Amino acid sequence: MKGWFEHTGGAITILRDDIDTDQLLPKQFMKLIDKKNFGNYLFYHWRYIDSNPEKLNVNFVLNRIQKENPSILVTGKNFGCGSSREHAVWALSDYGFKVIIGQSFGDIFAINAAKNGIALISLEESLISEIMNWSTIDKDVRMRINLIEKKIFYKNLSIVFDMEESQRERILNGKDDIDETMEEAHRIDVFIQSYLNENSYLVIK
Amino acid sequence: MNTIFDKIWERHEILKKENGESILYVDRHLLHEVTSAQAFSGLLEKNRIVKFSNQCLGVIDHNLSTKNRKDRDASGPISKTQMERMEENCKHFGIRLYGFDDPDQGIAHVLGPEIGFTLPGTIIVCGDSHTSTHGAFGSLAFGIGTSEVEHVLATQTLVQRKPKSMKVRFVGKRPEGISAKDIALYLIETIGTSGGRGHVIEYTGSLIETMTMEERMTLCNLTVEAGARAGIIAPDEVTYAYLRGRELSPKAEQWKIALRVWKDLKSSEEATYDKEINIYIDEIAPKVTWGTNPSQTISISESIPELSYCTPNERLVYNASLEYMGLVPGKKMTEVEINKVFIGSCTNSRIEDLRDAAKIAKGRKVKSGVQALVVPGSGRVKRLAELEGLDKVFTDAGFEWRNPGCSMCLAMNDDILKPGERCASTSNRNFEGRQGLGGRTHLVSPRMAAAAAIAGKFVDVRLWREL
Repeated sequence: MKGWFEHTGGAITILRDDIDTDQLLPKQFMKLIDKKNFGNYLFYHWRYIDSNPEKLNVNFVLNRIQKENPSILVTGKNFGCGSSREHAVWALSDYGFKVIIGQSFGDIFAINAAKNGIALISLEESLISEIMNWSTIDKDVRMRINLIEKKIFYKNLSIVFDMEESQRERILNGKDDIDETMEEAHRIDVFIQSYLNENSYLVIK
Repeated sequence: MNTIFDKIWERHEILKKENGESILYVDRHLLHEVTSAQAFSGLLEKNRIVKFSNQCLGVIDHNLSTKNRKDRDASGPISKTQMERMEENCKHFGIRLYGFDDPDQGIAHVLGPEIGFTLPGTIIVCGDSHTSTHGAFGSLAFGIGTSEVEHVLATQTLVQRKPKSMKVRFVGKRPEGISAKDIALYLIETIGTSGGRGHVIEYTGSLIETMTMEERMTLCNLTVEAGARAGIIAPDEVTYAYLRGRELSPKAEQWKIALRVWKDLKSSEEATYDKEINIYIDEIAPKVTWGTNPSQTISISESIPELSYCTPNERLVYNASLEYMGLVPGKKMTEVEINKVFIGSCTNSRIEDLRDAAKIAKGRKVKSGVQALVVPGSGRVKRLAELEGLDKVFTDAGFEWRNPGCSMCLAMNDDILKPGERCASTSNRNFEGRQGLGGRTHLVSPRMAAAAAIAGKFVDVRLWREL
């Protein structure tokens, strides 16, 4: 994963609370064993009628896009709740989403998102409404998100956001978590040895 | 002054980073075919090994056909590839797999506890949100994403920020005929789908002490539907009695050592929590969900609610749910007809669930036009049920008696709702399309599901006697 600190892109709004990961990526696509092309299946049942990729649901926002795919999603409360499937994040990321702005996010989803370089920005309802106003007025709304300044910019307006430091770092650096943990290999091994000595009943032979 | 959650966290914290995250040691790692393939591929690409394969346990549960589990083709070619990839990966990395041919094969969250893989005081993870089930044993158990699965495989550790703590105290006496499922749905109805977000919920109160391990598992399983990271119940004599003698439970001297550790896990009387709530259970009635998230729950005697005072956002969710479910406000729940019944899933597929449902099914017949499945959670559950003659009770009544698996809970195998079909389901999620595109799910207890199968609609099972 490549780190990033600033992103500019088109934004869309899906104003609905509790969008669960079953909606983001229906289970039939969880049968795949690689991480490729999941963007094709994002919001599959909302994008297509009767699960038929030839029958576009023209009322759904992703089907009304004229130019490039949007990369900023503005939504409601508890986005990404439900199943732990990281496939939902792969779908968002493969489609092109870099930033999701919402009131709150599912716990496991939030961890998965950062690991895939998607920044989740939690804002109060009133600020979300303001951002939604931008897109009501401006059909081709483009925003700039800066993770260092922790600001969303639109024209001459800006909104400050807060972000959990570890998740921000993860997106900025784009580092492999496993590599980073392995830098502590010695400390980990010492810990495990002493832990298993004290708790020998936990050892499975 | 610590909670059980604090104590387990401290026991496993290898180090705390400057950014506030901790590296935690992980005791037990469950893997299933759906969320592990990409993690194993990641290891192979980077030439990494599985650090402690003996602390992993693999199952094939999501895709497997429950009609004939040895039929590798039943759920389609993509499912077959995924399941066979699981076999290859487990073989390659030396992980014990409960697969197609294993008589004990079952749902990860049913199998783990019944073989003693799940133990108090441990950290248990799985690429599956319902890992919260194992918290019933006083373990810190939670679902993780596939990147994290890879991290645990490679390092036997996980990088996590410590969640907040929340205490849910059940107050009052459980009414006759009310199951753990009803209580869990009532909790979600009360605190909402994000009421527990960012928190580990500890359950307390005299109700908990009187619950069996299987009931505690149902409650902890559904904790994640309230948005919580995990649910946890301090281990007690009920826990120890359940675990004693299980295949992977400690034996002899080791058991004594374990007991000493486990008895120390209980939250201290003075422990403080970030959030505390009381849930009053005296008046709880059997619960049914009417919408497309588990907080949209009412009692069986109620009607589909009107929405009077709400935000525009709430209105949108409410309208979308009603439209998807094909229901109108004011309709009585007891007038809602169903054509499918699913008794199973990691929420409600254990022996007590099947006994409960069988009591209602006995001597009655499934309504004509209704298809009713009973899917035991594991090979062991199935064999025990058959020993008790429950299979006969179900098949005599016109239920289908299946083999273990996740089955119609999320329809990754060949048990799928057709558009417009309405299902009384003992599973955990009534999300749109969860049981099949256009399928309509109502979450209920095993007794309520069995009664719905017979009546062809929802009924108040408390009014039924055993025949």
